[in-house]
Amino acid sequence: MNSLVKVLSNEYFDSVTLMSLTAKLRRVGGAEEVVVLMGTPMNLQLMRGLGFTEDELRLATSSDCVIGVRSKDDAGALAEEVLRQLKEGKVQKAEGRNVAPATIVGACQDLAANLVIISTPGEYAAREARLALEQGLHVMMFSDNVSLEDEVRLKQMAQAKGLLMMGPDCGTAIINGKGLCFANRVRQGSIGLVAASGTGLQEVAVQIHRLGHGISQGIGVGGRDLSLAVGGMMMKQGIKALAKDPDTEVIVLISKPPAEEVQREIFALLDTVPKPCVICFIDGAPVGVDGPHRRVVHSLEGAALAAIDLVDGGRGPSAAAWRGESDAVNQIGLTAPTQKYIRALYCGGTLCAEALGYARTVLNPTFSNVAKRQEERLSDPRESRGHSFVDLGDDVFTRGRPHPMIDPELRLKRIMEEAADPETLVLLLDFVLGYGAHEDPVGISVGTIEAAQVLAQRAGRCLAVVAYVCGTELDKQGLESQVELLRRAGVLVATSNLQAIKLACAIVGEGELARD
Amino acid sequence: MTDLFGKELRVINVGASSFNEDYRRQNIPFIHLDWRPPAGGDAEVLGMLEHLEARRPEITRANDEVLRRVKSAQGKLVGVKLAREVLPGMDGRIILHAGPPIAWANMAGPMRGAIIGALMYEGWATTPELALALAASGEICFAPCHEYGAVGPMAGVISPSMPVHVLLDEVHEKRAYCTVNEGLGKVLRYGAHSEAVLQRLRWIESDFAPILDAALALAGGIDVKGIISQALHMGDECHNRNKAATGLFLREIMPHVLRTNFPLEQKIAALEFIKGNDHYFLNLSMPYCKLALAAGHGVEQATVCTVMARNGYEFGIKISSSDRWFTGKANKIEGLLFPGFTMEDAAPDIGDSAITETMGLGGFAMGGAPAIVQFVGGRVEDAFRYSRQMHEICHGENQAFTLPTLDFMPTALGIDIRKVIATGILPIINTGMAHKEPGVGQVGAGLVRPPMSCFKAALEAVASQAEVDLLCHAPGCSRFPVHDAEGATR
Repeated sequence: MNSLVKVLSNEYFDSVTLMSLTAKLRRVGGAEEVVVLMGTPMNLQLMRGLGFTEDELRLATSSDCVIGVRSKDDAGALAEEVLRQLKEGKVQKAEGRNVAPATIVGACQDLAANLVIISTPGEYAAREARLALEQGLHVMMFSDNVSLEDEVRLKQMAQAKGLLMMGPDCGTAIINGKGLCFANRVRQGSIGLVAASGTGLQEVAVQIHRLGHGISQGIGVGGRDLSLAVGGMMMKQGIKALAKDPDTEVIVLISKPPAEEVQREIFALLDTVPKPCVICFIDGAPVGVDGPHRRVVHSLEGAALAAIDLVDGGRGPSAAAWRGESDAVNQIGLTAPTQKYIRALYCGGTLCAEALGYARTVLNPTFSNVAKRQEERLSDPRESRGHSFVDLGDDVFTRGRPHPMIDPELRLKRIMEEAADPETLVLLLDFVLGYGAHEDPVGISVGTIEAAQVLAQRAGRCLAVVAYVCGTELDKQGLESQVELLRRAGVLVATSNLQAIKLACAIVGEGELARD
Repeated sequence: MTDLFGKELRVINVGASSFNEDYRRQNIPFIHLDWRPPAGGDAEVLGMLEHLEARRPEITRANDEVLRRVKSAQGKLVGVKLAREVLPGMDGRIILHAGPPIAWANMAGPMRGAIIGALMYEGWATTPELALALAASGEICFAPCHEYGAVGPMAGVISPSMPVHVLLDEVHEKRAYCTVNEGLGKVLRYGAHSEAVLQRLRWIESDFAPILDAALALAGGIDVKGIISQALHMGDECHNRNKAATGLFLREIMPHVLRTNFPLEQKIAALEFIKGNDHYFLNLSMPYCKLALAAGHGVEQATVCTVMARNGYEFGIKISSSDRWFTGKANKIEGLLFPGFTMEDAAPDIGDSAITETMGLGGFAMGGAPAIVQFVGGRVEDAFRYSRQMHEICHGENQAFTLPTLDFMPTALGIDIRKVIATGILPIINTGMAHKEPGVGQVGAGLVRPPMSCFKAALEAVASQAEVDLLCHAPGCSRFPVHDAEGATR
């Protein structure tokens, strides 16, 4: 052990700087004792107490900085290190503790916010939403597992304050051209959407964009808004807001079929709105009738077409053009006689419901975990039977793990399972692009798709893969490159979800292709 | 709702941070909350919070009233008197200490050391050994300063013959008391009890206190609250930094000291004593805070803290609507150590000085005291954030105390236990670190937070409603326990 005292004559450092330095250098290897002090009588007393000798300290005065070190190995080197750090002035920088606001009220001090987006676990979400509404802020609540009572209470509160309460369980909104949570980047335009369905909103917005138009606002309301209990509170509020919005020319409502009474109220409200409307209720019995300013449609693509038609005063495209994929059907190789069924593996819940809704009209029977009818329900969503339409965003799959839009892992396994099933003829897949979604959903899946095809081939079968990529060329993943990747893997890529299911049905020999 | 359309979207993100990248991509201004499940995810506690929602209007009104009273309180230093002359119930063999009630057996080193010193100072024991035996004998009554309208830094020991600053609130006709700060180094409040320490205490009693008392009489009292307001504009936070406030106080008292009829040498010694102790004003800042918060104590239904104090063993809080102490284990302080000491040497959090934080000073006002920041470990930016963050757990703010560095933001005032529980944000306290052995003194300084358990206990009491008649205003009343030496409750 050796010990050393250095006196820096007439050099002043404040005590805090010296303490910080000491704390740091004490951790240096070999250091037994590091003391850096101004040579005041009290400090010198302290150093004597630490075993530095009178002789070593004799030269120090109050205006000197005194370095005392004791080291297991080289005290001289340690003293040099102290000097170096003192001169560099590095000691000033302590570790910063990052303290971001912890509450909505606190955050409001730092940012004049107007929207709070909540994605906490469901049991805490209602509380945060209430705090946000109390601050006069609009809310988008991605969280689910919020009680119906809480939803009603929050929406009543929002209604009274003239605020948006989007959700619970609202995954998509496009406000002022900004995509929130899971949303595609689309052109701004004159079509306003109010949707009780996330991927429903995404698909309509994407189709409108694909057809050269744009949207003004895309308001999500959450899947339960049109239930009897909630009474469509937010959809009504959304309709009223879009009615007043000067940028909105046409209003499109997107939902699964609402409670009858709620539907009546919404139709009554629409009667008072002087703007043309499109009503799109997915996977339900046809409702209502068309009027000069009102279209009732049953597909998402149909909603986009009708809206554009209304914007253009009836001169819009009457149907999506089918682009040559019918030829592709003929290119499908020789299939085995066991291969009979469509196996649709969806990330988007409403896309799955739309596919099921169409398939039901041409195939019998169909099965799904999103089906309302008892006889149509898959007894175990983990296992397909017949024509199966599986929403992999179902709670059964997502409990404790990310949604397949974010993490496609779960679906990849399922693709291989379906490929191994001799009854599978068509694999139907959706790929959702946009904000919130996986950075490269096709890229991460394409290897598995190819492996699935090889697996089927080795068993003497030919697996047809049909896909729809819900996205635009503006999305961060890039629509074209995603589509191109699929095509190169021999996947038939449709231009809308509806076209994809039609194509799948055509392959199993049912339904009509290329005629809308 | 159309107020949203066409405007710039500005988002507060609560929950998944994965959305942040997409806000950035779209140039959406946003804040990602440092969100934690409220009440630490404890469903039972969260249930209590939600249950209290039904009483929110009454609680808000009650808390408003607490703050109104606290803010309207005055704090004038009117005299320096012996404790037994001014503190009711201080004429027996009683010793006051910092923090919530504690038995001798549980007391930390500094408090034991200070009590040994006080027993010798009083002449009740002649040697430390005899003092130790006396303290353990059960013949001495130990009680918290706070139960006597007093406060004391670190060990916070007050014995009957010690002079105390007397502060008066004319508005609420209340008084608060605190000893004279002895300075740094080997001092009683850190448990030192050498002859030099006792001699200084005797000098304070015989020479210093009479001069100051006479000077204050000539001055007609000195406004402590006003000095705090000014000192906050001069880089003090009036807990660990009292440089400016001590200077301001000296400026006020100096002419009056000179006007007294004491010998010049004695007057110079008195002024030198104040001049030589940067912490002199701490023992004025603390009783002012106590006085103001005492004015706010006793409002039924209120959920605002009126006391935070530590005894080196437990951290205790009181809320306005209850005379009970709610306690939890005292934490260790995190910060910087003086040369030659390690974390092992430090005693747990001790002292009544957290009354300054309870009043929105100290750690709460650190954003206005950049010079203190490094001392307790951290950056100036951290201090800004702490001072802002404390607003998230407080019922209101104090326009009398503003922080120039934060555009004269008022300090946060009125720690609401509901907000502490809901946010999981604990009050931030900056404080000195005492050596765990008596008499060694200060070993460093840093930051510390109270244990969450005392806030939970207080919330339970409020939520259960069984405690609505918790209030009792008479000191010495059996409703708050005073522990004797055996730890038994009298």
